[in-house]
Amino acid sequence: MSSPGRSRLRAGLAAAAAAALVLTGCGGAEAEGKNEIVVAIVSNPQMQDAITLQDEFKAQYPDIDVSFVSLPENEARAKITASVATQGGEFDVVMISNYETPMWAENGWITNLQDYADSTEGYDPDDFVPTIREALSYEGDLYSVPFYGESSFLAYRQDLFEEAGLTMPAKPTWEDIRGFAEKLDDPENDVDGVCLRGLAGWGEVMGPLDTVINTYGGRWFDEDWNATLDSPEVEAAVTDYVNLVQTYGQAGAATSGYGDCLTLYSQGSAAMWYDATAMVSSVEDPSSSLVVGKTGYAPAPVEETESSGWLYSWSLAIPTTSEQKDAAWDFVSWMTNKEYIQLVGEEIGWERVPPGSRLSTYENPGYAEVAGAYAEPTLTAMAGASQENSMVKPVPYTGLQFVGIPEFQDLGTRVAQQISAAIAGQQTVKEALEQSQGYAETVAESYQNGGS
Amino acid sequence: MATQTAAPTPAGKETTPAASTVRKPDRRFNSAPILTTVTWVLALIFFSPVLWMVLTSFKQESAAASDPPVFFFAPTLDQYRAVLDSGAGSYFVNSAIATGVSTLLVILLAVPASYALSIRPVKKTSDVLFFFISTRMLPVVAVIMPIYVIAGQLKVLDNVWTLVVLYTSMNLPIAVWMMRSFFLEVPGEVLEAAQMDGAGLMKTLWRVLMPMVAPGLAATALICVIFAWNEFFFALILTAGQSATVPVFLMSQMTSEGLFLAQLSAASVLASLPVVIAGWVAQKQLVRGLSMGAVK
Repeated sequence: MSSPGRSRLRAGLAAAAAAALVLTGCGGAEAEGKNEIVVAIVSNPQMQDAITLQDEFKAQYPDIDVSFVSLPENEARAKITASVATQGGEFDVVMISNYETPMWAENGWITNLQDYADSTEGYDPDDFVPTIREALSYEGDLYSVPFYGESSFLAYRQDLFEEAGLTMPAKPTWEDIRGFAEKLDDPENDVDGVCLRGLAGWGEVMGPLDTVINTYGGRWFDEDWNATLDSPEVEAAVTDYVNLVQTYGQAGAATSGYGDCLTLYSQGSAAMWYDATAMVSSVEDPSSSLVVGKTGYAPAPVEETESSGWLYSWSLAIPTTSEQKDAAWDFVSWMTNKEYIQLVGEEIGWERVPPGSRLSTYENPGYAEVAGAYAEPTLTAMAGASQENSMVKPVPYTGLQFVGIPEFQDLGTRVAQQISAAIAGQQTVKEALEQSQGYAETVAESYQNGGS
Repeated sequence: MATQTAAPTPAGKETTPAASTVRKPDRRFNSAPILTTVTWVLALIFFSPVLWMVLTSFKQESAAASDPPVFFFAPTLDQYRAVLDSGAGSYFVNSAIATGVSTLLVILLAVPASYALSIRPVKKTSDVLFFFISTRMLPVVAVIMPIYVIAGQLKVLDNVWTLVVLYTSMNLPIAVWMMRSFFLEVPGEVLEAAQMDGAGLMKTLWRVLMPMVAPGLAATALICVIFAWNEFFFALILTAGQSATVPVFLMSQMTSEGLFLAQLSAASVLASLPVVIAGWVAQKQLVRGLSMGAVK
């Protein structure tokens, strides 16, 4: 008796739930008259400044309603990749890097921005730092535009160098760095000789380590896509890196990444630090750093090459799924044009300006005043950051501190885990590289068998 | 604790010899302060991370990052100001909707369901119960991609009502199981008496059962509120600019470049306040319910 009644009730509930979904689905989509855009960005300090300044954008474009999703690097990358790859369409503007841009452009996931950039008055795409502009282009056209760009260089404590009677050469080698680290390592006063990333992750330890491998003459793959992680050059590079950080580096090196080194260095607990040029905005910020004005900046240490810095850029792209491309471009161009740099300088402070995207930033007197110590080293590092200057042998992939193939996120992280274990002393460098070579060979197969 | 253990002793008249040997007044006198101390030490250990979070939220970033940690510092409200300036309001509204509506739906659905599984058991009750709880056995990470793709096709990504539906289905099994155990404790005689007095189903449920299981209902609702308020994974994957909830907001306070501990702590303190308040409100209800049970 009761079962028909119950099933009717169930059907009613299901219908109500379905109706609720349909209603809310329609309600959420559009508001009348206003263009709503959703922007996904990485929650680094300069990006958060952009959120703070959104009222300026809204004043300039009153008919565009912008909302932000800001997440730490790994979460943002996972979310943005999932959304763009499955055509989820939640975002009108996404922040990606020079790793994703050429691949996503090839897949047709992001919009060609060249015409937008050329036709926007005063936008001046030729003002972008040339190496960055090239890294964000696919077949000659820009597919994302840089918000900031970075290379890598060596920060060192001038006061400690002076005390110890040391001088940093104009172009230090890794052997020089080892010598300095030995002299400056001072466990009694809680100062490490050097801080280097050791945390497993393709964007962590592999960043600086790949540049060391490059300058030692190593590479991930040769021109025929043969994995070469077991070559003597790679082994020499990794051995020197691991020894340096084990002997004179920070405690717990195997689990420390950019953030940990930043904390150590800015609290005065490390004499040298080789990392992203973007560090300056935190190292030279009096509200979070104890070593403001005490730091000198030297080019990335080299071995066999002219230069050795990496090249990275956080840039803005418009997914092809966006239904508000024009409004999205209005926002993208606002956040990446020259006036924005001026706006940040005046409203928030010149030391917070997103560096490394535009050449004009470095001609700006306001920026020159605060950035005297690091403007020139940053620009030089970025100008030199190309495969021609930083690698000994030719490679079949794009990228300096990464291999520009989709598999690299996984491969890089697996290799990083092996390296991290070597830094922790759980295995030798040789064992780590043998294992890594196996991973790289598996990936290489699909490219050797008539791949791209 | 001490009063509860003392209460049964007068009743244990038959065991006088054993009781007299146990009841050495000096020994009991000694154990109480030790027990109190241990309890306090344990409570402090459990509470210390929370305390540290509250302390850190009043620091400047450099003090929060300093090693060794600083215990004495000039407190500042800068971090709270920064959190409130970063537009926390809409996240709290979304969380309130997702938590409030889903908890209400869960209670509305779980009460009749658990009634049907306890007081008027349907056929194969244990199968139904297992079926309910089985939905909790699959790891969320295993179903997130299908859910994401389906939500994308239904155009309900970044929609707070999607979270309401998911949180309701996520909490429903737990609520059914909890409410069922509370209903089972209601003595059958009470229901028979209600029937004898001519009360119908709705009246029995509303006037007789509800007051008796109110503490259980409060506990269930509290659990649902806590789970829904703190839920992170669905919220992270399925929301974007419009419907992100407080846990996602906390995540956005973190950064891979620069110091963030102090500001994150301030945001975490603000995020845990509603749950603390909800727990405090429910606590009164829970305590009253417990004492009612003791008299019975």
